[in-house]
Amino acid sequence: MTDGLGRFGSIADEPASLLLRGARVVDPTTGRDEVGDVAIDGGVVVAVLRDGARIIDATGWVVAPAFCDLHAHLRQPGGEEAEDVASGTRAAAHSGYATVCAMPNTDPPLDTPAQVAAVLAAGAGAASRVRVVGAATRGRSGAMLADLAALHDAGVVAVSDDGAAIRSARLARSLLAYLAPLGLALFEHAEDATLAAGTLLRGGPTATRLGLPAWPVSAEVTIVERDIALAEETGARLHLTHLSSAAGLDAVRRAKERGLPVTCDVTPHHLALADTWAAGERRWAWEQDPEATDAPPVDAELAYDANLRVNPPLASVRDAQALLDGLADGTIDAIATDHAPHPPQRKLVPWDEAAPGMIGLETALGIGLAAVAAGRLRLPALLAALGDRPARIIGESRSLAIGQPADLVAFDPGASWRVERASLTSRSVNTPLLGRELRGVVRLTVVGGRVTYDATAGG
Amino acid sequence: MTLAAIAPPPAATRRHLLDVDGLSRAELEAHLDLAAELRERRARGERLGGLAGQAVGMAFLEPSTRTRVSFELAARALGADVIDLSASGSSVAKGESLVDTLRTLERTGIETVVLRHASSGAPYLAARTTGLRIVNAGDGTHAHPTQALLDVLTLRDVLGGLEGARIAIVGDLVHSRVARSELHALVTLGARVRVGGPPAMVAGFGAWPGIEVARSLEAALEGADAVMTLRIQLERAAGGAVPSLAEYARTWGLTTERMAMARRGAPVLHPGPTNEGVEISAELASSPRSLIGRQVENGVAARMAVLALLSA
Repeated sequence: MTDGLGRFGSIADEPASLLLRGARVVDPTTGRDEVGDVAIDGGVVVAVLRDGARIIDATGWVVAPAFCDLHAHLRQPGGEEAEDVASGTRAAAHSGYATVCAMPNTDPPLDTPAQVAAVLAAGAGAASRVRVVGAATRGRSGAMLADLAALHDAGVVAVSDDGAAIRSARLARSLLAYLAPLGLALFEHAEDATLAAGTLLRGGPTATRLGLPAWPVSAEVTIVERDIALAEETGARLHLTHLSSAAGLDAVRRAKERGLPVTCDVTPHHLALADTWAAGERRWAWEQDPEATDAPPVDAELAYDANLRVNPPLASVRDAQALLDGLADGTIDAIATDHAPHPPQRKLVPWDEAAPGMIGLETALGIGLAAVAAGRLRLPALLAALGDRPARIIGESRSLAIGQPADLVAFDPGASWRVERASLTSRSVNTPLLGRELRGVVRLTVVGGRVTYDATAGG
Repeated sequence: MTLAAIAPPPAATRRHLLDVDGLSRAELEAHLDLAAELRERRARGERLGGLAGQAVGMAFLEPSTRTRVSFELAARALGADVIDLSASGSSVAKGESLVDTLRTLERTGIETVVLRHASSGAPYLAARTTGLRIVNAGDGTHAHPTQALLDVLTLRDVLGGLEGARIAIVGDLVHSRVARSELHALVTLGARVRVGGPPAMVAGFGAWPGIEVARSLEAALEGADAVMTLRIQLERAAGGAVPSLAEYARTWGLTTERMAMARRGAPVLHPGPTNEGVEISAELASSPRSLIGRQVENGVAARMAVLALLSA
């Protein structure tokens, strides 16, 4: 049942010439959703193949624009024990991603053009395109702005102090004012540090039961509201990453209704998992009762799995369901993984000592397809949130129309795989989904016409 | 004498005692019955060798005096060898992880570890990642199951039973592992529980099944058959949960006069150590209504019962 890994290629390889025949072709950008063929040659989608092209029987598969992750921790430099650009981009290619945005909270942080250039250079022959989100402040200290125009020239696609919000409202205002003419977005980790200090799990019955200090939703909402007001005042682009609450989502919805350039993403784990998992619950959030007022029984085998410690903490069931509704109705622009690899010694420790974060690149599609299978999300909406919509936030786009760059994924939605060390490509395995079966096996990932992952029968 | 001769094992054989939340009413009562019996036999000077030849490790990785001493006496009273593995000078103090330390202990042949840890959930990690039998002696703000058992034993002795008994718990529940375990035990045994404290100290408890949150000390105490007051961590005042300890004492501190709001003669309990003049007045703490001394005595018996039943 678990398929072995396929072969990895590089974005520096020669463009392939191939035809995917008989797939369900889903292109949310053009609205195409039909059984048909997709051909690529010379790096673009073509109508007619030249002789000798490889033909792949894609019957039963889905072919769609490749994915774009706005939020991944590739841990280079300084955290290579957990991940690096090479291993992280392979995990991305394995999972249908053509692009990953590397977050800047490395050691040292990506706060200078030289740091940015080093990561981009490491990505030159990688298995997916690497984009860099630069640090917004020097050393991510929140004290002084980084040299933002220089970072812009170095090619960053956005800036962020991810791991924390821009602490001072005054500095956030200066930052947004400075970013506005550059056209760069702030990717904001919306969390008030004073409200979140010392907290370990979303406030609610499970946190009370487990004796884990309660994270208040106000920690997120106050920064979301603050930043929306600042973006409106300065005219800057604001992107709220890993949104985790219905209240935060409502604030974004109102900002969008006012026509502000505000976008947002949500992680797979804030959609599908919930605070209840910390006690041992293992049903998806959409399978749980949002009206439940009691914590689930504490399961001694599963409780306090530190792989569930993430920041912001897992949502309540009610908030997770509201986020899924927000994704389905389009208020949420993108699914971003917040892929956060950690070595075992940072996770095989008591909950409060564990580093926050879980890996996410390789489980995002499977979680999304589970929501589709449950009838909570339409497949084209899922694929748009994984592909074209996040790509547009960083100035890319995705389409399977003739002549467009050949960024595509082919996956078998009926095949399943088990999440385990042998089936994961990331250097780290810190996910609470270990041992679980997920539907959706990627067969082929193509980036600019180059085959970066190939698990087709003939591949 | 074998332990099986003292009392039958509980319905389900349990490998660990991580909290009381998984124990049925019958299992809780079996623990209390055995504790009462062992208390008597020990008082008569009987030798109880149920753990003879076994080594019990005491891993108190957070400072503790009374719980550690109580567990040591309990283990010795059952004939066990007690090995002190506590933090100072140990490998944990030298930065080794909890899991590595416990796995090393396991290789030395120790089978049972009594674990006190500052992190909520640490005993669950220990139970999951080693082959050791884990007894939770208090984890973070999560649970303190043997304290709950000894408190419930004390209450049962005095009240005759807990079914329908009205128990008030007053103080900082949010930061109390004792309170959480007591709530499980009391609700399972059929008590009617009311809790009270300043808003930040009872936050979230409105959703706890089977209990009621009172908004004033008077409402918490009204008609109570017994009152449990919890230790106020002195640093909490600085954290903003209350403006000052004086203000806490003024609003929520228990005194002999205020105990008049409870049922006439209702006893008062405290898990110790007390901050006299804050959560309880010195006069009340040392009055005949105070069960604090009995709680300490029952601690050894309750812990003997736990160790005996896990080994049965």
